[in-house]
Amino acid sequence: MHPVIPYLIAALLFGVGGYGVLVRRNAVLLLMSIELMLNAVNLTLVTADTTIVGVPRSGQVFTLFVIVLAAAEVGVGLAVILRFFRLRASVDTDAVGAADDPGPLGSAADAAAAGAAGDDDGPAGAAGDAVGSPNRPTPYENGEAR
Amino acid sequence: MDPHGRVGGVTVADVLLVALGAVTLGAGVLVVTSRHVVRAGLWLVVALGGLAGCYLVLTAELVAWVQVLLYVGAVVVLLLFAVMLTRAPIGPSTDLDRPRIAGLLVGGGAGLGLAALLVDAYRWSRVEQPPPGTAARIGAELFRQWVLPFEVVSVLLLAALVGAIVLSRRGER
Repeated sequence: MHPVIPYLIAALLFGVGGYGVLVRRNAVLLLMSIELMLNAVNLTLVTADTTIVGVPRSGQVFTLFVIVLAAAEVGVGLAVILRFFRLRASVDTDAVGAADDPGPLGSAADAAAAGAAGDDDGPAGAAGDAVGSPNRPTPYENGEAR
Repeated sequence: MDPHGRVGGVTVADVLLVALGAVTLGAGVLVVTSRHVVRAGLWLVVALGGLAGCYLVLTAELVAWVQVLLYVGAVVVLLLFAVMLTRAPIGPSTDLDRPRIAGLLVGGGAGLGLAALLVDAYRWSRVEQPPPGTAARIGAELFRQWVLPFEVVSVLLLAALVGAIVLSRRGER
């Protein structure tokens, strides 16, 4: 068996996944692209398991770990996506504001965002920070409106 | 063809890997280019199934079945649930992609760069097939050398579970 073949497949699959992560705007499709990248790494690990000589072969064990981590990651990722969808009625990643972007209005928006983030929990609260930013004209539903 | 199944240095395993790899890569490209959200999820099933076939050819039996069980069974179903819960359009959508140039540069650069690196490192070298990664072998390895990471992973799963519940709970005043 020539190990270069699976290594080549893994490298190209990683590139495809990276392309998807950068190009896709739908958050669910983004997660799918991340899965592709994780699977490329898994294939590398399994192939390394066959090429390694001498030391104990543990590539397959690492692959199992990565699969479990991917399952956990998808669970949390979907919770974040659904939370975001409930706040904004959209899964467009372009609609996510940078949490540390104060916006031109400065302090007033910051105070409102801090109030919204204070009693909100987790990343959805951080996403809510940018709601007050005036360069996003859509009147988003934030923490208070629920 | 000699008794070991070789034709001019190319083994049956190589042929299978090339075929399964082509299926996987083709499905992967469709996942990142499809205009239908649901179809992208279904192409992901094909890509992950192709990878499970690759694992089988690479003698990683247990990993292949775990891949089918966890990825094709659980992860894809979760993703399709998310597609439905976020009311994705069933027909083609035109606003799924950003401009492609940055993705092409970075994704193509990473993929081709890694491919060049690995091809340069391994050339056309051959390895013998290792002993099959049966449940017995992997289990012995896992519970002799990797017990602590295994326990840490179980704690991480619990943390992820709690985190997902906290995130998806409706905020109460």
